[in-house]
Amino acid sequence: MKLTVNGEDREVGARDIAGLIAELGLDARKVAVERNLEIVPRSLHGSTPLADGDRIELVQFVGGG
Amino acid sequence: MDRQPPRFSDREVERYARHLVLREIGGPGQQKLKAARVLLVGAGGIGAPAALYLAAAGVGTLGLLDDDAVALSNLQRQVLYAEADLGRPKVEAAAERLGGLNSDIAVVPMPARLTPQNARELVAGWDLVIDGSDSFETRAAVGEACVAEGVTLVAAAIGRWEAQIAVLKGKPCWRCFVPEIPPDAETCVAVGVVGALAGVAGSLAALAAIRAIAEAGPDIAGEVMILDALNWRTRIVRLAADPDCTVCG
Repeated sequence: MKLTVNGEDREVGARDIAGLIAELGLDARKVAVERNLEIVPRSLHGSTPLADGDRIELVQFVGGG
Repeated sequence: MDRQPPRFSDREVERYARHLVLREIGGPGQQKLKAARVLLVGAGGIGAPAALYLAAAGVGTLGLLDDDAVALSNLQRQVLYAEADLGRPKVEAAAERLGGLNSDIAVVPMPARLTPQNARELVAGWDLVIDGSDSFETRAAVGEACVAEGVTLVAAAIGRWEAQIAVLKGKPCWRCFVPEIPPDAETCVAVGVVGALAGVAGSLAALAAIRAIAEAGPDIAGEVMILDALNWRTRIVRLAADPDCTVCG
């Protein structure tokens, strides 16, 4: 399906957020995942389906102060 | 008609004139600021500018928790300190500077380090905590303590060109945002941070605190502001509560 990932249109095979993180080769412990401007809790990554046209942002956590 | 004694001195009326004319702050809001107790965890890149604005705004009691001394590499962004402060405990230099800025407020220097063991004790009794600490471990402990003590948390973090600022009241909590300490987390020491971005993040944290205390504007608890200074983009996103959260779930 077609998604917008970090501002760029992308064709992906993943069907849910956990699959997308794996497909992109990211470490789920290091990124927050936004789907259509809402951060999806990590425990729901595997059960949150993706839909055509979703806007996904993968944001690396920062912890400095 | 007003039978109440004057609430502000003439000096206070002049000092806070720009707040007092604001419909959303005014006298009642300024009184709330005066009565408020705000704890800053970390008096560094975020805590330093936040402390300056909160002191200037007339927040009545400001706690400063930090066990570091002022280093030369701090002065690139920690505008609370000057060259003459090098080597001094940050909370001591900060208390002096903030007292000079506003002698009507109380500054409580707390030269200590927050740990999971002492977090609840340190956070208890404050109305609001601004977390500008420099590690995920500390942030996790602050987040958990704020939920346990029912204290509003403004969590502000920076790295490189990015800032993330969240206002959290109970649920969702910081743990819903960061469920596990990220491995090999980048630190500002290792990867750097733009000085002015620390100023923006600290000012936004102070602004979020002032909004919350004065009850100005809509409640933004559960929202995260993500500021990408390099690409000059800002987003506000909602944080969904994690049903399996180990802290607030």
